[in-house]
Amino acid sequence: MDLLALFCGLLFGLGVLLSGMSDPARVLGFLDLAGPWNPSLLVVLACAVLTAFVPLQLAQRRRLALLGEAVTFPQTRPINRRLLFGSALFGIGWGLTGLCPGPALAALPSLHAPVWLFVASLLAGMASVELWQRRTAQTRLADVHTP
Amino acid sequence: MLTIDWSAFTPASSAAGGVLIGAAAAALALGGGKIAGVSGIVGGALADALAGRAQTTWRLQFVLGIVLAAVLWSLWSRIPGTFTHASWPVWLIGGWLVGAGSRLGSGCASGHGVCGLARLSPRSFAAVGTFTATAIATAVAVHLLLY
Repeated sequence: MDLLALFCGLLFGLGVLLSGMSDPARVLGFLDLAGPWNPSLLVVLACAVLTAFVPLQLAQRRRLALLGEAVTFPQTRPINRRLLFGSALFGIGWGLTGLCPGPALAALPSLHAPVWLFVASLLAGMASVELWQRRTAQTRLADVHTP
Repeated sequence: MLTIDWSAFTPASSAAGGVLIGAAAAALALGGGKIAGVSGIVGGALADALAGRAQTTWRLQFVLGIVLAAVLWSLWSRIPGTFTHASWPVWLIGGWLVGAGSRLGSGCASGHGVCGLARLSPRSFAAVGTFTATAIATAVAVHLLLY
């Protein structure tokens, strides 16, 4: 499993770099409809989804993966406010910078300071959600135990 | 009026990169039963660290793979991307929003965008629609306000 994950990470990183998506200017060229439009990101996404389609559909129907690990895909849950609010925040950050988590990791070895600042801040944002979640879980638990 | 920036459009390398990203997601799903979503992987590792739990090693291997791919890439080529279009507060705020938003929304461009769409998950279609809309709105607003 570890070796497979390392291999998949290598393949994923190579794909991000080859597609040019580690370059925020190319991502913003797609998002900024007010300027000259660069459809490259759409080609990346379409090719990635088409390549992954059959394998993910097959994997989704299996209980165990080929290496014997349990298939742990997200369970079907309703579309709720948390999903939409979180995605909206994500989009604002993406539109401000032109970076999202995968390309940001792939751009770290370029040693550009803004990328490192972005990733540090990204980790802080993730940690904030984690701590907030833990606090609300404790509050709920306390509510349950209060007669 | 939308004009296409043909000089920046790179369909061949974008398609090849997209196929590699899709292949990485396919291999991790079929082989290991896991979703190749970068925010889920990084956020999960961070949650383990914050809670003092032992690390799930495949997550770290996947992240290592992405960074290693970029290190190898940088040995014979420049990592695509200039990071000078925004000032440091923008990288700081953008990174935080991307980190917090992807955790609240349970995914980013790889988890919802590539894997979720390939799984035909209704939540992922809702997430991708939402973050693409807010990202385009943000990028257009920044363009119109600053240029």
